[in-house]
Amino acid sequence: MTKVILPALGEGIEKATVSYWYFKEGDKVNEKDDLLELTTDKATFNLPCPCAGVLSEIFFREGDSVNVGQVLAVIQEQ
Amino acid sequence: MEFKVFDLGLVQYQKALQLQKELLSSVKTGLLKSALILCRHYPVITLGRIADKKNILVAESELKARGIQLYDSERGGDVTYHGPGQLTVYPVFNLQYFQKDIHLFLRQLEEVAIGLLSDFGIKADRLSGLTGVWVGKQKIASIGIAIKNWITFHGSSINIKKNDLDNFSLIRPCGMDIEMTSLETVLGRDIEIDHLKESLVHKLRAVFYDKKNIFQEAIL
Repeated sequence: MTKVILPALGEGIEKATVSYWYFKEGDKVNEKDDLLELTTDKATFNLPCPCAGVLSEIFFREGDSVNVGQVLAVIQEQ
Repeated sequence: MEFKVFDLGLVQYQKALQLQKELLSSVKTGLLKSALILCRHYPVITLGRIADKKNILVAESELKARGIQLYDSERGGDVTYHGPGQLTVYPVFNLQYFQKDIHLFLRQLEEVAIGLLSDFGIKADRLSGLTGVWVGKQKIASIGIAIKNWITFHGSSINIKKNDLDNFSLIRPCGMDIEMTSLETVLGRDIEIDHLKESLVHKLRAVFYDKKNIFQEAIL
């Protein structure tokens, strides 16, 4: 099981908003696939999948605000 | 390390976006280290990821009648306008070679615009908590970026020509009641946009390739 965590984004940025999930729960994902898009005030960016497996749980929906260090999702490696 | 410059002149928004995506892919595969697009756009209003359509103050039919296109954009930020009177820059920079810091990248783009304006004797500044560059309380440069795999796209627009500012009245730029200004408005004389391009590229090099960054490149 691998946790997908919102990484440090730079000085002064403590949170971001989930703007788009490229996959839904239960989907198979490959390492480095774009997993989700996040948005800060003036920037959007993608987080890649840290590993291959099944996206077993998503904790934040589109529009939710997430703090740096929080777990966004869990990938069950196979 | 160097960035390759693509000067597109006056282009449709979609065409510049298409090139950004191609360059994004070239930078990702390592074919190019980094790239920079310089252009001016035919009149267009774009909605960033957090945009509220209410910030467009006229009907779509009115935009059409005025020859202004409308696009959704994956950049950060709310609504903005681009026109032929602005110099727009899209840095497709691989932040792996610089610093992986989104906030810093926005500040560096501001620094580039501030430096360019200071060559004209204009004192431009950041406003605390707001992205962009301002002369007094009026905005002169707007920034909205997107990042994939730590490679940047979208970018920054600097208002140069005075006669292009009217179209900003069709929107609430960035979702706020902002008054815009331009280089020509501040100086009270005509400025040729083409004359600024070289200076802008020079400023970008100065801001992004200082000693610290050259050192980072050396250890890669």
